Amino acid sequence: MKELEYPFDSEYILKKSKKIKKQLLSELKNPVKKKIAVLGGSTTHDIVRILDVFLLNQGIEAQFYESEYARYWQDVMFDSGELIEFAPDLIYIHTSNRNIIAYPAVSDSKESINELLEAEYQRFEVMWKKAADTYKVPVIQNNFEYPFYRLLGNQDAVYEQGRISFINALNAKFYDYAREHDDFYINDINYMAAAYGLDKWSDPFYWHMYKYPMCMQAIPEFAFNLSNIIKAVFGKNKKSLALDLDNTLWGGIVGDDGVENLEIGQETSMGQVYSEFQSYVKTQKDIGVILNVNSKNEYENAVAGLNHPDGILKPDDFLLIKANWEPKSKNMAEIAEEMNILPDSLVFVDDNPAEREIMRTQMTGVSVPEMGSPEQYIRILDHSGFFEVTTLSEDDKKRNEMYKANILRAGMQREFGDYKEYLKSLEMKAQIKPFTPVYMARIAQLTNKSNQFNLTTRRYTQSDIERFAGDSGYITLYGKLEDKFGDNGVVSVVIGRIDEQTGIKDKLCHIELWLMSCRVLKRDMEFAMMDCLVRSCAERGVKTIIGYYYPTSKNGMVKEFYAEQGFEKVSVDGEGNSIWRFEIPYDDTKERGEQGYLKYENKNTVIAVEE
Amino acid sequence: MSREEVFSRLNEVFRDVFDDESITVTDATTADDIEDWDSLEHINLLAAVEQEFGMKFNMGQVVSMKNVGEMADIIMSKLG
Repeated sequence: MKELEYPFDSEYILKKSKKIKKQLLSELKNPVKKKIAVLGGSTTHDIVRILDVFLLNQGIEAQFYESEYARYWQDVMFDSGELIEFAPDLIYIHTSNRNIIAYPAVSDSKESINELLEAEYQRFEVMWKKAADTYKVPVIQNNFEYPFYRLLGNQDAVYEQGRISFINALNAKFYDYAREHDDFYINDINYMAAAYGLDKWSDPFYWHMYKYPMCMQAIPEFAFNLSNIIKAVFGKNKKSLALDLDNTLWGGIVGDDGVENLEIGQETSMGQVYSEFQSYVKTQKDIGVILNVNSKNEYENAVAGLNHPDGILKPDDFLLIKANWEPKSKNMAEIAEEMNILPDSLVFVDDNPAEREIMRTQMTGVSVPEMGSPEQYIRILDHSGFFEVTTLSEDDKKRNEMYKANILRAGMQREFGDYKEYLKSLEMKAQIKPFTPVYMARIAQLTNKSNQFNLTTRRYTQSDIERFAGDSGYITLYGKLEDKFGDNGVVSVVIGRIDEQTGIKDKLCHIELWLMSCRVLKRDMEFAMMDCLVRSCAERGVKTIIGYYYPTSKNGMVKEFYAEQGFEKVSVDGEGNSIWRFEIPYDDTKERGEQGYLKYENKNTVIAVEE
Repeated sequence: MSREEVFSRLNEVFRDVFDDESITVTDATTADDIEDWDSLEHINLLAAVEQEFGMKFNMGQVVSMKNVGEMADIIMSKLG
């Protein structure tokens, strides 16, 4: 909904949130349902009210638990029965500098200030550890914003006795903890307050009247920022930018003005603005954002413009360059298709309001920010939080290369008449093994991101994944695929639960999760996974594998997946949920463990699987 | 701005905030008369009123305000 996209009208949202919520609920199809515990050190009523609508707009229908006023610490530490019963999917701890119990006095020694700091920090750390142990869900914690006055004036940040210095030290300890712990994220309210204007943000009226640490009018921006972290944690980040060229990446129209007359580079102030924007866009690649061009231009002119000697973005920085006279919505559909992603993973950046409007109406799901004037482009994209970073993974940094290799593969595919021959020519190598610590983060990320090739669409946190890995009642497999164009990283995950109820000779294995990244579709990786699953099951004495398919709006492609794997359909219910069974073939005349006892033949013949 | 005008604009704000088109406020209206008007919604209501009239209540005024009539009086005094 446009009213909830940055830059938004905060007053309007505050006033109309009830109406907005009704409308979102009526329009939303298949929202992800999540339970969020908001544990506040101050009033949380309006924060939850506004967070609710922003989350709905991100496709998340939240049910909230709110702690009693300022009981954030007690709720975690003393096992609030109500909170345990609520069973949150995520815990958000909403504290502010108003919750700091003791600040240093000017007369305090360095040693006693350190003790004070440690005491304040420990109070939080024990709570985070307790929360992680008890609930095993992601935790989001506010850092501290600066106080609204400075006893030591400009030296308040310099001397340990100053409150600014104390808050900086405390925040630094929070960040250390966040770097060292998975599933723990900082909500940077110190930055939010600075960006909003600290004097306005921390207007004491709202604290003394209503116990809000920030002014009412700042709540929408605050809640929006928080909703971005939450949506990222639940795997709903955007993946790619599709950028217009003329007057978006440079000033002027390359086809009319000629490359030499474009505004880009250090010669003019407008040229500098576009250069800064190009630099900003280029660095998006480092956090795994894929860049594409979607422009009305002759292809040659587009490439010539991108090769401008003062330009920072080069044709090579883009995965796809769609420069033609087709409607941009058509180009956009092609970008989504060629990248194998859904339109709602794309952000369209164009200076032209008419093009933006057409995109909004023709390609539902694509995010289309109101860009404002060129000097505002960076702020608009940045504050929109489309690509909110939660963890920096190696895969993110390499993603551009992976998609590029994919496009190369597609090119090669055309040269081969026989698909099997083509697959063999890719010289694929896979590693398929039980979950191992280095990949836990990536595996959890995949369970939250994969929508299309996902049989049960169960979402797991990293703590869940670690639990399965350590539980002998589960079979866990990750699949990593490499080929001659590059490493695709971990692309497939299977989790099977062994049913111990049954006897030793006819054990069941229920497939709780089977997913694969769409970037390796049609590479026979799923068959390699099946082979390994069957062999792991056989080692554990499993006789029958039971598969489940739960339809969603996005996973239609795997409706008949188990049939392709040789499963037999057992049942389908009214909602399309189906159950499948696979009997592992054994030679009963032989002993378990003896050569030839397992009669299963590998389905995969094109990938070399590392034992 | 006349008192009638202040009331008609206040009425709109109340309807927006409580998302209820049946609300009609008078001098004597208090939180007891509107179902959703509790201490938490009061905060949002005041913020919306301030925005509507482009003015700010101070703490003393917020604390002493007893009904919509008094709210209107404060607004009129601020608008001069």
